[in-house]
Amino acid sequence: MNTPATASMSHPAAGTGAEPASESAAESAQAPTSGSPPRKVTIATAWLDGCSGCHMSFLDMDERLIALADCIDMVYSPLVDSKTLPDQVDVGILEGSISNEEDLHKAREFRQRCTLLVSLGDCAVNGNVPAMRNPFKLDAVIERAYRDNVEVNPQIPTEGVPRLLPVVQPIHGVVKVDIFVPGCPPRADAIHYVLSELIAGRTPDPSQVTRFGA
Amino acid sequence: MPLPAPQANVRVVTLKIDGLDLSAREDETLIEVCRENKIPIPSLCWMEGLSIVGACRLCMVEVSGSNRLVAACSTRVAEGMEVQTNTEQLQRYRRTLVELLFAERNHVCSVCVSNGHCELQWLAQTCGVDHVRMPYRNAGYEVDSSHEMFRVDHNRCVLCTRCVRVCDEIEGAHTWDVMGRGSDCKVITDLARPWGDSSTCTSCGKCVQVCPTGALVKQGTSVGEMVKDQQFLPILARRRHLR
Repeated sequence: MNTPATASMSHPAAGTGAEPASESAAESAQAPTSGSPPRKVTIATAWLDGCSGCHMSFLDMDERLIALADCIDMVYSPLVDSKTLPDQVDVGILEGSISNEEDLHKAREFRQRCTLLVSLGDCAVNGNVPAMRNPFKLDAVIERAYRDNVEVNPQIPTEGVPRLLPVVQPIHGVVKVDIFVPGCPPRADAIHYVLSELIAGRTPDPSQVTRFGA
Repeated sequence: MPLPAPQANVRVVTLKIDGLDLSAREDETLIEVCRENKIPIPSLCWMEGLSIVGACRLCMVEVSGSNRLVAACSTRVAEGMEVQTNTEQLQRYRRTLVELLFAERNHVCSVCVSNGHCELQWLAQTCGVDHVRMPYRNAGYEVDSSHEMFRVDHNRCVLCTRCVRVCDEIEGAHTWDVMGRGSDCKVITDLARPWGDSSTCTSCGKCVQVCPTGALVKQGTSVGEMVKDQQFLPILARRRHLR
């Protein structure tokens, strides 16, 4: 599942991959150019195979979002209107696992364009509920969902929907991930901690504030 | 190894753990001394009151003068021993061990009845396991709900064998045992018959209470509802010892 490169990836706190990236995110946020306000950290988020609960938890930061808005710029997300992912983003946040070709495409696009990639929530971090289909063959899963349990006009959708992958994978199973934030969903406090640390130019250690299944 | 029989005249030895000068009875193990002195060592198969199998290897420590790591649960204290419990090497090994447990079976914490009360989940957090670097095996294991009070979900079993030992050593029923090798290894009731058909099970529930994960649980519990009570074990074990 993992390439050797991702398999040998070290803990984010000690990781070499995360540090330069978060520094650059911090630099771009803090480097004051004379006269003009510091550039905000740009953030993009996407919702892959998940339930949107992690994005809901993001919104649960409530009034803290207003303070965050001074430091971050949401350039692409289900939570904002813009429909295209910019070419260069400081922090990419992915919710959900890699279950179909669209998820795979999105993850690769995010990895390419985001300096720092964050896996948000258990589906992104370990596959979680979407990955519970993995012990079964994909054909059997589709049969079960679209034929066995359907009484009226059973049919398998093929048009306008991305093809399902045989095995559901966590994000780091297909692209390199810098920060892992487990939890189902991670509490708003945990997300706030991670974002605050990144904005301050530090590498967060999410194990202090969240866990699998939190 | 069996639990040591209480001795009439026990000597006291002195040793150093993480730089702390400590004294201990000579029949104590390293993990017991660490627990008494609030030195945290992760463990999974070890449990106060049960015999020692040294299977999970999470409690491994470094002992000066020895070039291999030893399990704190199965190593007796000795005079002048110098022990390190939390070096970078040990942290790395423990993290890997916990990750392998997660990769082997299907521990989906978010939908587990033991969510929030699970020793494996807690170990992952304390060992800094925020993701699993190995590929998941994705092999499905069976769930046996045939017992009217309890359920076994092999997807969540870590093969610590606490259930096997408590059933044999404390309850005296020996309903549980271990069958198969490698990834086929699993705990079984009687001769791999459904738990509900067992003629030896007394339905005492001790196995459920000592199980560190959501593998052995009460029927009728929902996500996060399975809270385990392990208070009975040291009390029963001590009484058995004194007889």
